[in-house]
Amino acid sequence: MASSMFLAQRRWFHSLPRNLSNARFFSALPSQHPVSVSGPQNNVGPKSNKFEKASSAPSSLKEPELAKFSAIADTWWDSEGPFKPLHKMNPTRLAFLRSTLCRHFRKDPLSARPFEGLRFIDVGCGGGILSEPLTRMGATVTGIDAIEKNIKIARLHANLDPTTSTIEYCCTTAEKLVEEQRKFDAVIALEVIEHVADAAEFCKSLSALTAHEGATVVSTINRSMRSYATAIVAAEYLLQWLPKGTHQWSSFLTPEELTMILKRAGVDVKEMAGFVYNPLTGRWSLSDDISVNFIAYGTKEK
Amino acid sequence: MNRIICYNNRIFATKAGSDVYRLRIPWRPFSNDAAPLLSSQNAGNPEKGSEAKQYDIAIVGGGMVGLALACSLASRPLTRHLNVAIIDSNPALGRKHFIKKEDLPDPRVSTITPATISFFKDIGAWQFVEQHRHAYFDKMQVWDYTGLSYAKYNARDADKEVLGCVVENKVLLSSLLSRVQETVLPKKIYPSRLNSMSILPNSSSSEVDSTLSMTALFTHGRLAKLELEDGNSLYAKLVVGADGGKSRVRELAGFRTTGWNYSQNAIICTVEHDVENHCAWQRFLPSGPLALLPIGDKFSNIVWTMSPKESSEFKSITEDNFLKAVNHALDYGYGPHPTPSILGSSDLFSWLKGGISKSANDCFEIPPKVVKLASERMAFPLSLRHANDYASKRVALIGDAAHTVHPLAGQGVNLGFGDASTLSSVISEGIAVGTDIGEVSLLKKYEADRKPANVMMMAVLDGFQKAYSVDFGPLNILRAAAFHGAHHISPLKKSIISYASGEMRLPLFA
Repeated sequence: MASSMFLAQRRWFHSLPRNLSNARFFSALPSQHPVSVSGPQNNVGPKSNKFEKASSAPSSLKEPELAKFSAIADTWWDSEGPFKPLHKMNPTRLAFLRSTLCRHFRKDPLSARPFEGLRFIDVGCGGGILSEPLTRMGATVTGIDAIEKNIKIARLHANLDPTTSTIEYCCTTAEKLVEEQRKFDAVIALEVIEHVADAAEFCKSLSALTAHEGATVVSTINRSMRSYATAIVAAEYLLQWLPKGTHQWSSFLTPEELTMILKRAGVDVKEMAGFVYNPLTGRWSLSDDISVNFIAYGTKEK
Repeated sequence: MNRIICYNNRIFATKAGSDVYRLRIPWRPFSNDAAPLLSSQNAGNPEKGSEAKQYDIAIVGGGMVGLALACSLASRPLTRHLNVAIIDSNPALGRKHFIKKEDLPDPRVSTITPATISFFKDIGAWQFVEQHRHAYFDKMQVWDYTGLSYAKYNARDADKEVLGCVVENKVLLSSLLSRVQETVLPKKIYPSRLNSMSILPNSSSSEVDSTLSMTALFTHGRLAKLELEDGNSLYAKLVVGADGGKSRVRELAGFRTTGWNYSQNAIICTVEHDVENHCAWQRFLPSGPLALLPIGDKFSNIVWTMSPKESSEFKSITEDNFLKAVNHALDYGYGPHPTPSILGSSDLFSWLKGGISKSANDCFEIPPKVVKLASERMAFPLSLRHANDYASKRVALIGDAAHTVHPLAGQGVNLGFGDASTLSSVISEGIAVGTDIGEVSLLKKYEADRKPANVMMMAVLDGFQKAYSVDFGPLNILRAAAFHGAHHISPLKKSIISYASGEMRLPLFA
């Protein structure tokens, strides 16, 4: 039974997409039935060729989308700009990462740099807003993204602080790194999988990049009534945080589906948490509520 | 509702205080045979123009609140390895302190609330305070000149053991300094004053070179640059202004303030009794409150708020006349003793659930007579000032630099210690998630936590100050009724004590 979700162009509710490694464009099917697609023969057509250089596997981006990302790439580090929701959410994601990964690698959670000596990869790093704090926590971080401009911005910003200037940024995709046989202790792909055409293949790449006894962390948006109400109705129509039609609700993954495809890729999901936004205080927090945004941590057994 | 609490606090004396310490008037100098404690660090005493160093945090102002922040950072696992620079020209910070037991108490004292006592215990500084003179008190009596009513507070009303502790500022400072010296926190004391400070806006570097020098980092807004009067300069990721009511950091960073001067001065001095005093007394007189606080060993501290003219008069009259005036003011001066019969007794409140407070039947007492003056009389003008913001890029204000209040409830330095505790916890949270500690978004979390609480306290104190500055029949009766209520109604009294003890952030919201 096909477990794959095939995703039309989507944007995560509270942040603009920053990853496009392996992103493929697949037009929305009117019936909204998940349809399995096996291979790279996606139907964007000639546009896909422009981005061949960015990845080995066809990783086609719709040109307007690329243009939009490139246009706002400069605002990555403006915490009051279009990426504001992502900046606000960042500490919460980092708190989850710190707690689960310290436990996984048996590191002292009270140390200021618990990840010293560990290699992490931030898949779809965008401007590096996740990579930099992880480096400050001691990890050796590699950040990859399909958009060259994002990588440039990320590199420039990282060089402003001697601690983060050691981050290795590459404009590449997960598949390519798999071909290069790179391995990492922790593979982190936050808000990426909803942009990917073949989630199952993507998870296989993530798993292949994870070293033996390593950890894989994926975050995305749930496909639930509540996320429809918040991500589509509220964000696009009522609050107008995003342009209408940005999301295809049918393309979100439920936690069960994500767990299943990760399992098939060899990653055992051990913990899951949700992020909830309190509109009154404007703050994000971790919670057990996985009905809208959620994050999953899994380990690779073999 | 009357919530007069008579903790008294010398706001000027407690200003994280280069100013006051430089006055040094009734101050016994520290022991002459003190060896420089930081010899290993000062050995390479920075000469003018030598290489600037980089720190994580530069605390400008090594007074009580600044050192409390350093101790608090030292006591948290995530921040105990941060590199801290303390900038204060007070020479006492570079020497081992030697407060002799036989020293007479300094008139600059602070009343420490139970919340602050537990903060000190957490950071490990209270053990040093206990080695010197300090006075816990568990009773308090507040009344005014109209004689219409009084309120007696007892710690057991709120199921506590003490209402607070009165400690000399120099004891607090030396305890904090001793504690910070013994921790592993990498620190350096710069015995100078801040001359100028600059922070540039964030900008990107066009080079992709991985090694940026400190100057380049500063140019790109990643570090603040501080220049000191002795010619040294240093860089820091975060500058904390703990330099008192006339804060230089606040001025240089361009924070605006709101506030006004009270047309009142406070006279402070140490006095002696024939008997031990364990109660804090405060009487509201027409021109301001007079407070008598126990310091220990039969000594008490006086804080007398009055108009500037009166204060210069009282400062210049002879000692004997001054003592007579104090005794008179605490006794029959200005008005009669309160007697219970005027506004009825506690039966009035028997219908109230939660009952009558345990100390409601404590009679009015006259404070112990003052027999001797043990220090010089000092006078300070009083004002209220509040910085509109506590934080901006790479700068945060704590203590009197952020807010100064009226001493009538002894809250001033306690607010400052609360700031220090919150700021260090916010910095620790920031480090836990790999944030740059100078980020505005992080510092604003500190502001969002402290500002409402501080503003509320200032409003309450200002309200009292205003309520007591008017002598108008109906208002007097209202005040008396409020006293009466506070004295008899147990839940109200408990709530007043809890708020003043620092346990509740906002009054009345249990």
